[in-house]
Amino acid sequence: MAGKSPKIDSVTGVEIREHEWDGIQELDTPTPRWWLWVFLACCIWAVGYWVVMPAWPLPSGYTKGVIGWSQRANVVRDLADLAETRKPLESQLMTADLSDIEKNPAIFEFAVASGRAAFKENCAPCHGSGAQGALGYPNLNDDDWLWGGSLSAIQQTITHGIRNQDKESRFSEMPAFLRDGILTRAQVDDVVEYVTQISGQKADAAVAKRGAEVFGQNCVSCHGSDGRGDRSVGAPNLTDAIWLYGGDRASIRQTVSYARNSSMPSWASRLSPATIRALAVYVHSLGGGEPEIAAVPGPKAP
Amino acid sequence: MFNNEFFEKNSIFLLIGTLIVISIGGIVEIAPLFFLESTIEKVEGMRPYTPLELVGRNIYIREGCYNCHSQMIRPLRDEVERYGHYSLAAESMYDHPFQWGSKRTGPDLARVGGKYSDEWHRDHMRDPRSVVPGSIMPAYPFLAQTEVEPTMIADHLRANRAVGVPYTDDMIQNAVADLMAQSNPDADTAGLLKRYPKAIVRDFDGNPKRITELDAVIAYMQMLGTLVDFSQYNAEEFQR
Repeated sequence: MAGKSPKIDSVTGVEIREHEWDGIQELDTPTPRWWLWVFLACCIWAVGYWVVMPAWPLPSGYTKGVIGWSQRANVVRDLADLAETRKPLESQLMTADLSDIEKNPAIFEFAVASGRAAFKENCAPCHGSGAQGALGYPNLNDDDWLWGGSLSAIQQTITHGIRNQDKESRFSEMPAFLRDGILTRAQVDDVVEYVTQISGQKADAAVAKRGAEVFGQNCVSCHGSDGRGDRSVGAPNLTDAIWLYGGDRASIRQTVSYARNSSMPSWASRLSPATIRALAVYVHSLGGGEPEIAAVPGPKAP
Repeated sequence: MFNNEFFEKNSIFLLIGTLIVISIGGIVEIAPLFFLESTIEKVEGMRPYTPLELVGRNIYIREGCYNCHSQMIRPLRDEVERYGHYSLAAESMYDHPFQWGSKRTGPDLARVGGKYSDEWHRDHMRDPRSVVPGSIMPAYPFLAQTEVEPTMIADHLRANRAVGVPYTDDMIQNAVADLMAQSNPDADTAGLLKRYPKAIVRDFDGNPKRITELDAVIAYMQMLGTLVDFSQYNAEEFQR
């Protein structure tokens, strides 16, 4: 190669390389200058980057870089900034008396907005994006509550959930009357007819009369003698047209025979107390929210 | 000797040369991670999967759930706000293969454990649209009908042990019993809970008579991201 003077192609004026295959030779066209400069600039950039940013793995860790950039530190800082932004209203939300929140437009608006965002991510999969519920998941827009519709009751339900492993979760268990052998098939049919009747649907009065007796012996301790339910055990009101699992005979029969006892997760370990409070305010604001029990007129506490 | 004529005329050397050049990047950037003490954070609570969870995980992989769901919460504000604490390397140290990713046709599942009730998972697997109207996830109704065949489970544990998961002889011997016990609330689960602390024992699919693939998948879903005790986690120490 070196030594001999290079041949120059007469058309392009570029050096011709020595090797030759079947009379074909190639030009030794140099890399464009601009490309070379960009390449060199990148090399210099890389060396600078190694110095400034975390780069090389070492036997015990890695080179941290002079500015100490860390993705995990960044996210901690970002979250702290976010908490700082929310703090003025969030601390008011946390310290305000539950019954006063709806009277203060600034806190109320903050709670509803942040509650709505948390609802979409955490609650909508079961209760629906409009809190309309679904078969097996209660509608939160109406005033028919299983465990209570005051702010404190809703907050308690969200915090600890229902029938889960949280020690403070709301708990009750309806027996599977047929499967557990408490009632016979005929008795189940009778009591289904009675529940159909008290919920205002057409029913066979004679059968329902027999069912009333079964109801009186087995169901009143939770659902009440009038069938209007008991919130302390999450027993639904059976006299209205709102049903969690359907109000037709087949659905009621299924419920009486095998029970449902569905659960709701506990959110205490997943969401912050402020988020849970905001969620409670949001759900309470949807339309069915009830006043605190203490606010009901009656003998005042000393 | 190594001019371009040499490589152009000896293709095997071109191939070897290419391999060497490409491996340098891998050796420098990837290989050290396997040997670094600090790669995997020291945390409290991680344990290998229970047999039932492992079956669920195998079904998760079989059905290609990873094509749409990642299990990696990145250290970014919006992700942590939505899904919870960012994922640690330690949380997938017993995963073979890992389920990291950034393609999320569905939501990230790294911390889905405990987020929804078993009933919801049953409804959602049977017909995703029944609970999430806008969902494009396929339905998996057959999971509730397919029984888990427990005979292979000990071999699955052994296979995992061969690649470094610390399954003990005790765990392998009791694999079938543990598999059966975890979905039976009436079973004696003292041994299971001793071998696998924090294992959730429930009839996951609502059918106490059979152990179905739905039992296994829900058991797996309900433990995802729940093992590490973050109150014991020192974020400063593992900042990177």
